[in-house]
Amino acid sequence: MAGTAIRGRLTWQVASVESVRQETASVRTIELQLPDWAGHRAGQHVDVRLTAEDGYSAERSYSIASAPGEPVAITVERLDDGEVSPYLTDELRVGDEIEVRGPIGGYFVWDSHDMPSQLLLVAGGSGIVPFRSILRHRERSGSMVAVRLLYSARSLPDVIYRAELDQHQSGVSVNYTLTREQPPGWHGYARRVDEALLAEVAWPARAEALAFACGPTPFVETVAAGLVALGYRPGLVKTERFGATGGS
Amino acid sequence: MDALDGNAIGGLLMEVFGTEMTVAVGTCATCGSAGPVAECIVYLRAPGTVVRCRACASVLMVVIRRGEMNCVDLQGLARLEAPAST
Repeated sequence: MAGTAIRGRLTWQVASVESVRQETASVRTIELQLPDWAGHRAGQHVDVRLTAEDGYSAERSYSIASAPGEPVAITVERLDDGEVSPYLTDELRVGDEIEVRGPIGGYFVWDSHDMPSQLLLVAGGSGIVPFRSILRHRERSGSMVAVRLLYSARSLPDVIYRAELDQHQSGVSVNYTLTREQPPGWHGYARRVDEALLAEVAWPARAEALAFACGPTPFVETVAAGLVALGYRPGLVKTERFGATGGS
Repeated sequence: MDALDGNAIGGLLMEVFGTEMTVAVGTCATCGSAGPVAECIVYLRAPGTVVRCRACASVLMVVIRRGEMNCVDLQGLARLEAPAST
């Protein structure tokens, strides 16, 4: 992996908000302008720090939603009892400044020169965010790797990036499962992700696909265990858990 | 409190070790199983950050922040190997 290792110290920098875009009722994408950014890899995250007037500060990690080479954007889901997310989704305006450090992470990443025969992406709720970066990176780099995406959300209005995901990229199959509410005439899946659903959607284990699972902790545990039960080698199943928050 | 995984402390570990550590392989001093830090069980506010073995749940690392200083306890690890950065 020459040239992709991150060296040097991780320092906080002040980022200014370039644009905001409402994705769903509770989810917003925030594009940032960072004075010092050496580039990132698809799947990495940033830490965001907010500091109150009294000096109290809170930090959270957010996956980078944009592809390497694009301006850094994060997509944030509002958690009603959250300390950080309601500010980012409700209060933050274009031109405002927040403290950011990154890029962070070297495990839950995909590089276009990683050449597994196939890629499986399984997202629960806002676990879709790093996959937007991976899918954009795939598109921008001209990678031909075949992708199956399984995205679990509560309902269709809760699906983040729907318009973008529905723009069919050749070689990418997008499968939704709506666990709580389905629109009339819904043809997609309508149940929670489990081993049986994975068996229908995932590449067969013999394909030696590289799998990524991201979402709430219980969701990711179910997906990882299900894929291993289907014969996936644990080393080919990469996971990222963000707690029991958010809908899947 | 929800268990996260080692991805969530990539920034903290970079602060402590000065390099990307989620791909580092930790070996549990209790059960001997080895795996990437990214796959460990992590509790962020336990208080302090507590990292546990995915196989046997033993404590591998504890990081406690005191002001500008991080206090790091690695007693639960037999080994921690980070790939050489290029």
